[in-house]
Amino acid sequence: MSLREITERLAGVLDRDAVITDPVRLRTYECDGLTYHRATPGLAVLPDTAEQIAAVVRLCNEYGVPFVARGSGTGLSGGALPRTDGVLIVTSRMRRILEIDLPNRRAVVEPGVTNLAITEAVRDRGYYYAPDPSSQQVCSIGGNVAENSGGAHCLKYGFTVNHVEALQVVTPDGDIVELDARDPGYDLLGAFVGSEGTLGIATRITVRLTRAPQAVTTLLAAFPDIETGGVAVSRIIAAGIVPAAIEMMDALSIEAAEAAVRCGYPEGAGSVLIVELDGPEEEVRHQFGRVTAICSESGAFEVRTADDPAERAAIWRGRKSAFAAVGRISPAYIVQDGVVPRTALPRVLAGIDALSREHGIRVANVFHAGDGNLHPLVLFDDAEPGAGERAETVSGRILDLCIENGGSITGEHGVGVDKSRYMPRMFSDDDLDTMQLVRCAFDPRGLSNPGKVFPTPRLCGEVPGVRKGVHPLVASGQAEQF
Amino acid sequence: MGTAADALEKTGVTVRDAGDDDAVAGVRPRWVALPESAEEVAALMRASAEQDLAVVPVGGGTKLHWGLPPERCDLLIDTCCLTAPAEHAAGDMVVRVAAGTTMEELAALLARNGQELALDVPLEGATVGGTLATATAGPRRFRYGTARDLLIGITVVLADGTVARSGGKVVKNVAGYDLGKLFTGSYGTLGVIAEATFRLHPIPAARRWVTAAVAPGRLAAHSLALAASQAEPSAIELDWPAGGPATLSVLVEGAAADGRARTVLDLIGEGRIEDEPPPWWGRLPGGEGGEGDWSDGSDGSDRSDGSYESVAEALVELRVPPSRAADALAALPRPAETSVRGALASGVLLLAPPPGAALPAYVTALRAAVREHGARAVVLAAPDPAALDMWGETGALPLLRRVKERFDPGRRMSPGRFVGGI
Repeated sequence: MSLREITERLAGVLDRDAVITDPVRLRTYECDGLTYHRATPGLAVLPDTAEQIAAVVRLCNEYGVPFVARGSGTGLSGGALPRTDGVLIVTSRMRRILEIDLPNRRAVVEPGVTNLAITEAVRDRGYYYAPDPSSQQVCSIGGNVAENSGGAHCLKYGFTVNHVEALQVVTPDGDIVELDARDPGYDLLGAFVGSEGTLGIATRITVRLTRAPQAVTTLLAAFPDIETGGVAVSRIIAAGIVPAAIEMMDALSIEAAEAAVRCGYPEGAGSVLIVELDGPEEEVRHQFGRVTAICSESGAFEVRTADDPAERAAIWRGRKSAFAAVGRISPAYIVQDGVVPRTALPRVLAGIDALSREHGIRVANVFHAGDGNLHPLVLFDDAEPGAGERAETVSGRILDLCIENGGSITGEHGVGVDKSRYMPRMFSDDDLDTMQLVRCAFDPRGLSNPGKVFPTPRLCGEVPGVRKGVHPLVASGQAEQF
Repeated sequence: MGTAADALEKTGVTVRDAGDDDAVAGVRPRWVALPESAEEVAALMRASAEQDLAVVPVGGGTKLHWGLPPERCDLLIDTCCLTAPAEHAAGDMVVRVAAGTTMEELAALLARNGQELALDVPLEGATVGGTLATATAGPRRFRYGTARDLLIGITVVLADGTVARSGGKVVKNVAGYDLGKLFTGSYGTLGVIAEATFRLHPIPAARRWVTAAVAPGRLAAHSLALAASQAEPSAIELDWPAGGPATLSVLVEGAAADGRARTVLDLIGEGRIEDEPPPWWGRLPGGEGGEGDWSDGSDGSDRSDGSYESVAEALVELRVPPSRAADALAALPRPAETSVRGALASGVLLLAPPPGAALPAYVTALRAAVREHGARAVVLAAPDPAALDMWGETGALPLLRRVKERFDPGRRMSPGRFVGGI
């Protein structure tokens, strides 16, 4: 069997302890953060270098065996779900920060470096790495590249793709290739980021570092209900203010956070809004005045502010604990990730409420209100017969609501295995086939993380070689033609 | 199967015979089509596929002479009439716009609701589609990034007539591959861009420019200090005309722009604060009075005879790690005759080579001189593009070719115009 042969031949490539064949140890990699999809990998490897990854990938090609890359395994869409018939390539040993280049505001890191480690390496010199997924303490930068991770602050600062300047990647056929934003040619770097491991494996990442803002102010505004909070969000945006973050929680998620971490949010709040403003001090002071006034005018009954890191952490504590906290008020839950145009938020929230009532399933709403990215937490009791199915139905119908309102089925968690079946609801066959042309260019054999993103793989086939005439540049030796 | 002309006529799209004015980098097409919708573009592409016609899309024509001349060009698809009304969702800060809309029209529409696309356009009359296809940007790239960072959705028509879309009209969206990134800067070699959706920004309450003449020896230090400044400039721009002094101009935007401009002024140590940009701001280098007069199309005169020789000057883009930009400029061949302008702190600078220079020799000397500073030079426009290597080195040519093969296996989309003759 080919996996056994690959294992034997890996002896010349990897140390013995970097090849995992023991079924018990393999089980530790059976899922990522999306725990209800599980598959024990046929084989797992812990490479230390790009060359080793390339060698593993070439062996996979030789035997036609699929491979899946995994960083820290925090993904929420099953993007790192292994293949039982394939090789799992774990980057956890590749944790070196190779270069910090502050004059050029960039750092070069290996894929297993955690998101937060980059910021920690440069924070005392006044810089940070801007994308901040909530798992940033543990998630790997390689995983961030695969998923184009966002975070609470991407409203102002953008996503991973806006902060990556160059990549070294191992292509699905085992070549080591440099994709550099400064190179002329198609923006393959931009296409690679967010391709969920289907176009290859990033082995070295050059990230942009961002200068720390002069001032940061965080405010918490409590509203009697979700509608008034929503009105405040719209007015802040309409006032031409782009906060670093605008987060919103509804009564149920506040209740959960209170039970879990005693965040001490104002009592009786039907919704809370967390608004973070950052930038030059005078600018922040000006915006703070506007935002506080808007919140009060919109019906906030209490506004708290934080100007130092400790106070800020206190405000964020409730929001950051929200996902885990619902475990306190519900035996089981599904974390959903959908996006709607900000102006459709009231309509969509009403729709979610209606779905909740119709199916007798509670939904706690936590969301990045500034960019319309919803994280409904669909609560159910897994001991109750049929409850899991009803929760699944509600969760899926929420995505339909997002699509109907001109939004997206995922804002930051990715498609993975979890949502590939929803892709045809958002995109036409032509759209998906066209995307898969990129897949075919990178990975015609479909070995790199197969079964993710696309509901049905496109058979790539050979490229028909239609060629006409000879380009004058070829004739003159200035260029080659393929 | 009838003739190509019949096939094009059957599409029902307005098609006319091409004239000398329609030449693409010196190559005259046989027909010019004027589609009014993505569906009409698709009909043209299907007819072209059936008849094996090579197709080049054009927007405002302001950069049609950029890149290599096409190997062949049968049909010019003029996107001027792809002008369906833009959908500006002001509350969502996004706009969906047809590719033939000019950037000026778009800006005027957005300004009605106090918003803008934070992308500077170096040439007047450029369309949305042409701006994306050539990935042009300007001073504010330092703060807002470039077209690829602001584009959130795209509709394209492929060589076989397939209409495909990716992204959407929400800013935060990771569903599927981002075809917008791939098409941005693809020089018409993958398909025709029919429609785009952008994220927008509020027009800032105030803008101030801090402009100062700077000794060349101080450029590196100023660039570093300004880029690291918590006054958060939106642009740090250099203008250094041939034989003239180097000038830095720094833009700050926001309600507190005045105070921040003073901070910037203190950093530079001299200069003046103004409400308006200097005349050269955001323009291409090498012209007189701040106008990039080498560019054809904007005044119509240069394109009148359609010949490539009518383009007086050439344009080179230098990409360099920002901290090395000043060193790279100090190493330029024939510095006193070279005009430089661009985003100093982003390390993206445009050069107008010495007028009348033997361009191939100049470019070879330039690349050799700046290589040790980590810089690459791409020739965007040249009077005789076949005489030199316009695109220079690139990292992933085999992959670039494989992408092209998949999207355009018949090599009918702007064949030969791009990197490595793609």
